[in-house]
Amino acid sequence: MERTTLDLWVGVFVVGGLIALLILAFKVGNLGGYDGSETYKVYGEFDNIGGLKVKAPVKSAGVVVGRVSDIQFDNKTFLAFVEMRISQRYRFPKDTSAAILTSGLLGEQYIGLDAGGDEANLKNGDKFKLTQSAVVLEHLIGQALFNKAGEGGNKKAPAQ
Amino acid sequence: MPHRKVGFGLRGIGHAMVNGVWRLGYASRFFLLTLVSSGASFRRIHLTIREIYFSGVMSLIIILVSGLFVGMVLGLQGYETLQKYGSESALGSLVALSLVRELGPVLAALLFASRAGSAITAEIGLMKATEQISAMEMMAVDPISRVVAPRFWGGVISMPLLAAMFSAIGVFGGYLVGVVFIGVDEGSFWSQMQAAVDFRQDVVNGVIKSVTFGVAVTAIALFEGYDAPPTAEGVSHATTRTVVTSALVVLGLDFILTAFMFRGV
Repeated sequence: MERTTLDLWVGVFVVGGLIALLILAFKVGNLGGYDGSETYKVYGEFDNIGGLKVKAPVKSAGVVVGRVSDIQFDNKTFLAFVEMRISQRYRFPKDTSAAILTSGLLGEQYIGLDAGGDEANLKNGDKFKLTQSAVVLEHLIGQALFNKAGEGGNKKAPAQ
Repeated sequence: MPHRKVGFGLRGIGHAMVNGVWRLGYASRFFLLTLVSSGASFRRIHLTIREIYFSGVMSLIIILVSGLFVGMVLGLQGYETLQKYGSESALGSLVALSLVRELGPVLAALLFASRAGSAITAEIGLMKATEQISAMEMMAVDPISRVVAPRFWGGVISMPLLAAMFSAIGVFGGYLVGVVFIGVDEGSFWSQMQAAVDFRQDVVNGVIKSVTFGVAVTAIALFEGYDAPPTAEGVSHATTRTVVTSALVVLGLDFILTAFMFRGV
């Protein structure tokens, strides 16, 4: 059996297909991004996590520094218990606060970290002391209506 | 005689049904026989490589050109709709998700059925019509393991590679239109895409789909060819049936697979 030009074309075809798969995995998909190695865990308790999902990014100043690794409901405090894995490369002060934010109008939800001023850094297993829940649209509208009604009442009262 | 007409119609329906079930059973036995006798396609790998060349490499041009244009159309249409909501930065994830999950595997399978499947049917049908298959049997060469199985594996191997290339070049087409021509921000195009496309959930499921479609399309093409009446008309009907049945089976399988894979977790 000897090599033919046909083999060359089939080889080119197979290599092309594998390259396309690699492109899909690394350039299009999320395999090339932040990897799960060398992380430390921190926890946060939120009143409401909105649409946050496992694997959602944890960002600080817009840069992805980690990912949400687990979300559970704490049946004692009735709060959402979120476990995050943050890359070892990034260190945050102990009084850093975590907020659930949304990227864009239809975008996904992520956790934004605001660094504090403490001397000591967060360690593996620490918990964020300050957290801010996701904005729920219904609460926001309810609040706006409530404020509006309050204003209306004040204006009408002196007229009577 | 009205009741005789009714009787004739019922008999026709019954005949068609029995015939269909019979044919399905024959097709299943043919498929199993192909799987059982595929040892030779790996022991004599050049047989399979030849078929990868004919069904895979020769389909490359149509797959790449179609993929590029589908991606470019997705870029245009997606931008048109997304910019109404001011979220044209989500264009990347729209293009990539629709290609990787659905359009890549399905359109590549449809093109593969009409480009390679019809050729396989016509080739085997003609081999049968010119009694080459019978001649092989006379010489104690098993036509299933010598002719059918290498074509089957060639198609099954080619299909996921073609679908992956379709998706990849489609994403490039979307990038070309979205970023280069229209001017969507390049960073948000790629980063939103990478945030939205999950390797296990989207890319691997797309590959599973395309392997399934490869098995279905190639098996249908081979069976239609093998089962074709050995006449010019029979081969022509068989070729038509290959394309029609493959298209229906691919779309039906796609619905079933999608229902299993993406249940909106």
